[in-house]
Amino acid sequence: MPITLIRFFQHVTSWCMLFSNMLYWAFLSPFHGKKMRVNDLFRQMTLIGVRSISIVFLVMFFMGLVLAMQSAETLQKVGGLAMVGGLVAVAVMREIGPMLTAIVLAGRCGAAITAELGTMRVAEELDAMETMGLNPVHFLIVPRVLAMVIMAPCLTILGVFMAMFGGWLISVFCLDQDAFLYWRKAFELLALKDVYSGMIKSVVFATLVSNIACYFGFIVDGGAEGVGRSTTQSVVTSIVMIIASDCVLTAFFYFI
Amino acid sequence: MDASPQTSAETQPKSGPIGPDDVIVAEDVVKIYDGRRVLDGVNFRVKRGEILVIMGGSGCGKSTLLRQLIGLQQPEQGRIWIDGSEITRLTEEEFINVRRRFGVLFQSGALFNSMTVGDNVALPIREHYPNQPEMTVDIMVKMKLSLVGMTQFSHLKPAEISGGMKKRAALARALALDPKLLFCDEPTAGLDPTRVTEFDELTLKLCKDLGVTAVVVTHDMTSAFRIGTRMILLNKGKVWAVGTPAEIRAHPDPGVKRFINGDPESEVRQDADSYLQDILGES
Repeated sequence: MPITLIRFFQHVTSWCMLFSNMLYWAFLSPFHGKKMRVNDLFRQMTLIGVRSISIVFLVMFFMGLVLAMQSAETLQKVGGLAMVGGLVAVAVMREIGPMLTAIVLAGRCGAAITAELGTMRVAEELDAMETMGLNPVHFLIVPRVLAMVIMAPCLTILGVFMAMFGGWLISVFCLDQDAFLYWRKAFELLALKDVYSGMIKSVVFATLVSNIACYFGFIVDGGAEGVGRSTTQSVVTSIVMIIASDCVLTAFFYFI
Repeated sequence: MDASPQTSAETQPKSGPIGPDDVIVAEDVVKIYDGRRVLDGVNFRVKRGEILVIMGGSGCGKSTLLRQLIGLQQPEQGRIWIDGSEITRLTEEEFINVRRRFGVLFQSGALFNSMTVGDNVALPIREHYPNQPEMTVDIMVKMKLSLVGMTQFSHLKPAEISGGMKKRAALARALALDPKLLFCDEPTAGLDPTRVTEFDELTLKLCKDLGVTAVVVTHDMTSAFRIGTRMILLNKGKVWAVGTPAEIRAHPDPGVKRFINGDPESEVRQDADSYLQDILGES
């Protein structure tokens, strides 16, 4: 078996162990008297969620503009220009919103988490934590994972509205459509399934991104160079996993 | 070092049951990395009140030995007792109770950069005694920081203080839970000679005043002979020599003498030609 494949399976096994450990500390340990670190959770929610709003808004706004212009070209040919609002709404709610938000979080917050934990590993801070009898998973991973899982759907919803606003600007000012028709068609076409499938995707992506970021931070080896290498691996792996899991989830929602 | 290491059995008898004064007992400790025996059957005991210095050249296994003692790694073979508990057989949960009884000072200090010096010292107290009122924690933190002369720097973050101050703050954190056992990994690395002397005197004073037993890993000979009440010299993963500072100085092995005097193992090559002759095997 090639050594790369062996390493891959070693990474997968270690990641699964860390993930199960995280699940224990997040959901079972509070029943055994180990309190959730609420202050850390809120601090991470601010860092991950609140401070990502501007970048998510910007990216989703441009995506809304692009989607509206791209769809208008085709819809104009079949006389369905009024459907631009609906198309933008469904596309961003089901697919583009959760995925782009997750990619932004992977690049902005996932990389920061890996670099922070990796630097702590290199500076022996994680070892110090263990020797003090404090569990690094409880202290460091759980607040980051929960913060991202809570904030990603919120950012996705905000981002979806921003993309729809971008589409509305194109629809009203470039395509001469009625301002209210755009929103009416958007909410007419948007089904409940689109909303919950988008939210489920968002939660799954956030779980993957945060756990991958923490894992690559924990396994840093080899000083500053190792931190850089792990950060790159974390972002690349996160983006690949977002797209791969999106494929699986889309198939799942398509067939149910 | 040209002298072949003695086996650990020659330098120290097998531990067997723990004696009443034994704080640490290591028995036949073996650690293997990538098929290489980094620790090869290490045996030693640390008595209550001692300052044991573990010395050795780079890569001899002294930091690895320390990591086994503080439970960051598990040895492949052998047993380790700390304060009567066999840590090599404990579960993670059980080991937490043992960890409360010792403090560790890491080479880099390992202070948490996101917290102030005061919060760093308060962290183990807050986590292990969550019901303590905040005022009590503050008083305890001030006491610990005053032991190392850092009270006025409590509000600063680690990035805002010097290397020597970081070491002192880390020492205060290591002593936060009033441990009876202190492990130090290269405590004087990166400090200037004046700071090294100050830090050694501080270590000696605290160990004496607080009745702490200490295990110090270092390759700073001056520091080692200043603070050590007993010494272990490691070479190639084995205990090479063990004894009091006077016994180590008088050790008959020429390799041990060379190591403690800091003499080079072989003559320094004078020119590039002789170096090339060496590596090409030419006469």
